[in-house]
Amino acid sequence: MSWQTIDRKTVAEDKLGPALSEAVKAKIRTFFDRFPTKRAAMLPALHIAQDAIGYVSLQAMHGIAELLEVSPAAVMDVATFYTHFWMHPKGEKVIVVCRSLTCELMGGKTLLEHIKEKLGIGEHETTPDGKYSLMTEECLAQCDHGPCMLINEKLHKCVRPEDLGRILADPDNDKLDIPRSDLFDAPLEKPEES
Amino acid sequence: MAYERYLMKNVGVPNSRSIETYRGGGGYAGAAKALKMKPDEIVELVKKANLRGRGGAGFPAGVKWSFLPPDREITYLCVNADESEPPTFSNRVLMENDPHMLLEGILIAGYATRTTVAYLYMRCEFTELFHIMQKAVDEAYAAGYFGKDILGTGYALDCYIHRGAGAYVCGEETGLIESLEGKRGWPRIKPPFPAVEGAFRKPTVVNNVETLACLPHILTRGLDWWLSLGTEDSKGPHMYCVSGPVNRPGCYEAPLGLSCRELIYGEDFGAGMRDGKKVKAVFPGGLSMGVLRGDMFPKNPTDEVDPNADYDELDCKLDFDDPRRYGLMGLGTAALVVVPEDADIRAVTVNVARFFALESCGQCTQCREGTTWMYKVAERIRDGAGRSFDLDVLAEVTQNMGMMPGLSICGLSDGAAWPIGMLVQKFRGEFERHIGAQAPDAAAQRIREINPAAYELPILGARPMAAEAAATVEK
Repeated sequence: MSWQTIDRKTVAEDKLGPALSEAVKAKIRTFFDRFPTKRAAMLPALHIAQDAIGYVSLQAMHGIAELLEVSPAAVMDVATFYTHFWMHPKGEKVIVVCRSLTCELMGGKTLLEHIKEKLGIGEHETTPDGKYSLMTEECLAQCDHGPCMLINEKLHKCVRPEDLGRILADPDNDKLDIPRSDLFDAPLEKPEES
Repeated sequence: MAYERYLMKNVGVPNSRSIETYRGGGGYAGAAKALKMKPDEIVELVKKANLRGRGGAGFPAGVKWSFLPPDREITYLCVNADESEPPTFSNRVLMENDPHMLLEGILIAGYATRTTVAYLYMRCEFTELFHIMQKAVDEAYAAGYFGKDILGTGYALDCYIHRGAGAYVCGEETGLIESLEGKRGWPRIKPPFPAVEGAFRKPTVVNNVETLACLPHILTRGLDWWLSLGTEDSKGPHMYCVSGPVNRPGCYEAPLGLSCRELIYGEDFGAGMRDGKKVKAVFPGGLSMGVLRGDMFPKNPTDEVDPNADYDELDCKLDFDDPRRYGLMGLGTAALVVVPEDADIRAVTVNVARFFALESCGQCTQCREGTTWMYKVAERIRDGAGRSFDLDVLAEVTQNMGMMPGLSICGLSDGAAWPIGMLVQKFRGEFERHIGAQAPDAAAQRIREINPAAYELPILGARPMAAEAAATVEK
């Protein structure tokens, strides 16, 4: 089986990160019958792995490679191409600020500066308490409500810098008020029997 | 004047996302009608309707379908909901308010092309929308519009939502297919076109959300209704997006052929600029199609504007052909972003250049390097260290990128080069004014900042290089 690689260089265990649990692997397998090839389940697998672990760890990439019967390099190739996947641990909530032309004209730049100042972090960084990570996206397709930002899944529209304190202090600022689908979520872990 | 809304008829209706509301308004009647016809009849009908793709290129959907090889066994339908072009949001409005209209369109297109599996490729920034669409798909499965033996005709179609992960280039049809196959979204070399060899090396149709949402209306309301809307070559209603500092930003439906001025100032559309500001520039079709001047062109040599003789470009009609007369690449997504008079055109250029520099997939050299260099040059001009010479550099770079000179695989680099070229061409006077106003040695200073070696380190033989650089700058 050519897709299995020999481990020529041992990586320190703390760099490998957590591995995929059996439940996560089972969930990834449910995507196989949607596509004619196993490889096509790559993006769903990465979504689920990131949801389970918090980021895409090296071990998770190995696990996905084994499941999809591709080389681990191919998984890394895909995971690093897309901006959504994190290669290192991220905060509990990810703030995505739009900086497209419309949002910039409507004051997106000041908003981003305010967030950076308030949280004390730059782009692709995490606050020391691990609560918030910050990144920017080129367009969130919400141009009629600019400037806008996402906190995890929840979209905040027409955000003025003075609203920021209220939004960040709200513990439910990432909760959706519509029924969610758990299709791309990690499966809920069963509590271990002690 | 107000136009009747067809695609957006359920926007603002309470509970418009549920299948009951949609069926109550005559929904899924088009699909029921379509499933009684032969697939080829639907293709012919769509060809006659001249339904041009709403995604940007304006290629007729019926013609695209007829490229499928007739003896095919498997066909895939990919629905392109990877709406990433700033400032486009019409697909989002459509799916958010009326997900079942899209699903009915998928069913009709799937039947017409004898598809067995349809993938709805949705960008991952559509978070709420994913849950809305997934619920709608589940409802449609439960009501028997997807699955096996749809409406008792024996036709089977599965519809899956596939989430992307943040890449503009996946909106290109072959990039989308690559991404669907679990690879990085690098567009493929064409031919073979997706209709012959697409997803999983099988014939594939890729259509935009809005294109598919038009199908139920063509079937229920008939061809005559459809052909009565729009201009000669551009038929049907279209969803226009207006954003930026206008009084009523939003998505508005109107027949094709509306002018920019009407969209910005019309009472039913943008309702004028905020605080009575004037328009400096308009990007009428998403960023990549180019820019129109909203301020008056001075035609006399003294640079004075004469309101009786000079003109702006806001009378550009937004259909598939008229924008070309103003030097634009095409209609694009018909999403306007209005740049007000107090915005700095240099900052606008940096924003546009940055977008394409970050979203270039890196596959073709001239796109990867060209977009990055345009970004760097635009930043230099914005930071007050520009030279008139830089504008020529930008113009030259833009002419040597893209599919039109035959250098790239997909149209992203055309879309990157075109607006920058247009900005430099149409606003050159303003750039020159800014450059003229900066400190005389600003450009030389900047070179010294970014490359001190050429000036400070004697070991590199700095003197001749410095003299050469200074001479270039002074030119």
